[in-house]
Amino acid sequence: MMRRGLCAGVVSAPCLAGCTGIQTTLGGAGADDTSFIRLFATFLVVCLIMYVLVVGGLAAALANRKVLTVESGAHHESSPWLRSALIGWTVLVAIGLTGLTVASFFVDRSAAARAKHPQFHVKVIANQWWWDVIYMTPDVSQIVHTANELHLPVGVEAEVQLQSNDVIHSFWVPNLAGKQDLIPGRTTDIQLLPTKVGLYRGQCAEFCGIQHANMALVVTVESKVDFLRWLAQQRRPAFAPATPLELAGYRYVTSRECSSCHNIAGTPASGQIGPDLTHLASRRTIAAGTMPMSPGNLYGWVADPQSQKPGNKMPTIGLASNDLHAVVAYLERLK
Amino acid sequence: MSSHCRNSLAAMAALALLAGCDRENSDARGKPFGETIPSTSPDTVFPGGQKQVPLDPRLAAYGRNAFAIAQGQQLFGAMNCVGCHSHGGGGMGPALMDAEWRYGGRIDQIAQSISEGRPNGMPAWRGKLTDQQIWQLAAYVQSLSGQAPKDAVGSRAEELSNTPPQTQTKREPVLPSDSAQQ
Repeated sequence: MMRRGLCAGVVSAPCLAGCTGIQTTLGGAGADDTSFIRLFATFLVVCLIMYVLVVGGLAAALANRKVLTVESGAHHESSPWLRSALIGWTVLVAIGLTGLTVASFFVDRSAAARAKHPQFHVKVIANQWWWDVIYMTPDVSQIVHTANELHLPVGVEAEVQLQSNDVIHSFWVPNLAGKQDLIPGRTTDIQLLPTKVGLYRGQCAEFCGIQHANMALVVTVESKVDFLRWLAQQRRPAFAPATPLELAGYRYVTSRECSSCHNIAGTPASGQIGPDLTHLASRRTIAAGTMPMSPGNLYGWVADPQSQKPGNKMPTIGLASNDLHAVVAYLERLK
Repeated sequence: MSSHCRNSLAAMAALALLAGCDRENSDARGKPFGETIPSTSPDTVFPGGQKQVPLDPRLAAYGRNAFAIAQGQQLFGAMNCVGCHSHGGGGMGPALMDAEWRYGGRIDQIAQSISEGRPNGMPAWRGKLTDQQIWQLAAYVQSLSGQAPKDAVGSRAEELSNTPPQTQTKREPVLPSDSAQQ
């Protein structure tokens, strides 16, 4: 029995390795996340102590059991020792539960107090199956529109407003904070205060359709200087095509199917249905984290999105090979 | 027959009923390549005589397909058809939920109207949408007048709507001039 338990422990231990890296609830890279990890540890320790006491009491009772027969008719007299132990146990449970409730209350309130003073606003709109990310500014000409990438300056409280265009999704960047649902017709919000520079992965956490698993969000937490540099770069309109091939791609993209859904700032492509492509090539991934950004993957994606991410809303157009070369060359230009 | 045997038979019969739950496949990919090349079928509305045109095999595939109709409904909103046709009631553009079809009410005829455009304001969508999307839109437009089977249409609209759900839409009569003879 002991050996089997040991075996199970050894086998399950490597699973813990999954708890490190870019997507883990134990990352502690956000203020909320850190305080909740502490709360979790408190709960774990208290519950573990109680569990050991219960199992210990049960074991003691089993070891000292007395066989009572019906015929004997003897009324079992409880010992004074047992009585005081039970009273002590009840008091312990009351103290434990009260302590945990108070701890959880204060962690929750401190998070809420912190959330009262966000320093900037980001709007994240969930779609099947990608994230629309909009950096709100009072001056509408300075609004930055991107997709599937969230950049945050370290140590700055951000308020993320969450909306959905179709079904219920859930915004979850486990390294930074807990989950928050995105509900069609409503605006919800979540506060993020990242405390560590790094690259994290967010994931839709509410089943939202066939490509739910491929609905990821790359979160880059960087220094304030880097963040402002990124924001300024994203604010620029798209680069103009530089070569004849890019020009051919530009013509196709801005006049044909692509522009029905996609927007490229500074060009006639002004669709509002799909992800904004103004700085597509500067992103880390294609199709909401489905694959890393690379010329080869971009070719594969543009040629036949339905085999890369079956069921997604981008149709397979069936581009002729010269159009495909041109379109990819132009998209590569969109740094 | 023992009761055990009878029970197993009943269970197997119930299992066989599950086959009835089979719905159409959602073909996200469409016919893979070359769909945007304009179809060879000419306009199906002719002045004068009734010309026999063989029916497009896609009619059956799209007309009863819940997936196609749902996708078409999404495109109807996304491509701003609502701007002129409202949610079927019409406005600047003609109503789509009545029995009147100026250019034919079969899915291939509607697809032709969407793809090539029509005089007085209907823009051509060829090259802006894929053939598959145009056919999905056409399937949805046809369902607006209650032509599609009730198990294929959506029971609620994606957007705010003051019309009853499509499952309760009255089936408009198909006028003789719109029949499959055209």
